[in-house]
Amino acid sequence: MSTNGYSDWAVDLAEVGPIYPFQGYEVLMVIIGVIFWIGWHRIQFVREAEHLEKARHTGDEEKVKAQLERY
Amino acid sequence: MDGNLNALTTVFTEFYYWVTVVFMFLIHVGFCMYEVGASRARNHMHTLMKNIMIIPLVTVTFFLFGWWIYWAFPNFPFWGGLDTEAGAANLPWADTMATNLGDRITGVFWAAFLLFSWTAASIVSGSVIERIRSSALWVHAVLIGSVFWIIDAAWGWHYGGWMVRVLGYHDAYASGVIHAIAGGYALGVIMVLGPRLGKFAKDGTPRDIPPHNPWLLTIGIFLIYTGFWGFYAACNVPVISPEVIDGQITGATWTATNIYLAPTTLSAITFNFLMSLSGGLMAAYVISKGDAFWTFSGGLAGIITASAGNDLYHPIQAMIIAAIGVVIVYKLHYWVERRFKLDDAVGAVAVHGYAGVVGLVISGFVLWGVPSSPYEGYAAINPIGQITGAIIMFFVLGFLPGWIVAKMQAAAGVLRIPEEVELQGLDYAEHHAYEDAKAAIIEADKQELAARGVAAK
Repeated sequence: MSTNGYSDWAVDLAEVGPIYPFQGYEVLMVIIGVIFWIGWHRIQFVREAEHLEKARHTGDEEKVKAQLERY
Repeated sequence: MDGNLNALTTVFTEFYYWVTVVFMFLIHVGFCMYEVGASRARNHMHTLMKNIMIIPLVTVTFFLFGWWIYWAFPNFPFWGGLDTEAGAANLPWADTMATNLGDRITGVFWAAFLLFSWTAASIVSGSVIERIRSSALWVHAVLIGSVFWIIDAAWGWHYGGWMVRVLGYHDAYASGVIHAIAGGYALGVIMVLGPRLGKFAKDGTPRDIPPHNPWLLTIGIFLIYTGFWGFYAACNVPVISPEVIDGQITGATWTATNIYLAPTTLSAITFNFLMSLSGGLMAAYVISKGDAFWTFSGGLAGIITASAGNDLYHPIQAMIIAAIGVVIVYKLHYWVERRFKLDDAVGAVAVHGYAGVVGLVISGFVLWGVPSSPYEGYAAINPIGQITGAIIMFFVLGFLPGWIVAKMQAAAGVLRIPEEVELQGLDYAEHHAYEDAKAAIIEADKQELAARGVAAK
């Protein structure tokens, strides 16, 4: 048993195509990839909104002025 | 070089490896920039010199004995003794280790492996900044760069290595043979060396020691990414005919192979390098809550986690494996820091060591049953072989030698700098000389102006 369908390399490479593991599950892998990508955006949106809301209420006027001067 | 095809193949292969060496030089540039950026200003010249001198010391020793070890040790000591025949052409006094029209490629191969040696030593260098004596680090650099990593390469990164044959060990782009061993070695050293002054509060809470120049750090890690392309290409044989692989692969189709002479493609490693970089960056951004330096390092850790199997993975597998590795590595780094009070200044043990180990273990499951080599009689890739390989790389050839040698250095009082020097900064003497020289030349210029009748204000 081999996850990529080859148990030895004594083959004619002219006859060989894909050699990655779990061939036949490409669509499932793409779905997992899309979930990973969309999930990342979801987490990022939520976290950034929380961060910005927190930042709105923590600004010290003197420190903000100092930041403006700092450019 | 008999025949045009043979000549063309030889010249192409020579040039291919030569270009990888040039690219890999950027890894060392990146490590230097990263270390200097991460150190405080009072230590940066010392930090830079400590890493720069790795280059000549590892190069000379790799010429003298490191390269010979690779060819002589694949089955040493328990699986057939030293291969003195293969080693002979790689001894420093062999005529093939010089300008020789009968051997046009040994120097280029030697250099490709040598640049890996610099990387292994440089990984250790980063974790010990701001408190190790340079003399102590340079001994470690020679040991990891020209002895221990090349032993592991002979065992597990050679088409005839015993780990490949007996364990089915598979580590195409060096998760274990460079990163796990160097991370393990660094862990052994920092356990003895101790943390920087002020790293831990009295109650044991770790303090962050921010980099003095974050931009240098950023450019440094991007240069390491760039050099990593050369590293990946250098791990492949660019083109080879089936006959050269002793006829194990049938037919007449030429192919690129990994270091074990098993088929892969440049296309595969290009997909997988970029997808594992991306998976690592995305996971690190989330797990570190957007911390810039962990995100950058996470890209690197992602590639390192996927590297063991990036010759064979599907790109989405590479991305997910990288992401999983980064989450484990990040959590493990902080757990070890708090539990054992260890100061890994640049996260090298985590990004290289833990990522390398995790990558080996995952690849054992994902590539279970895939042939480790085109040669008959070799074990197939399997989880037990990969886990055993990870232990050999991280612990046996990495952690143990680093810990033992550091213990010896500590006992001799030559491992760590004095506390007074650590507080005032390792560049104190250089800074003092710089300020004196600056004052002297300003005064001289003022006197010159005054002598010419110009009012100096």
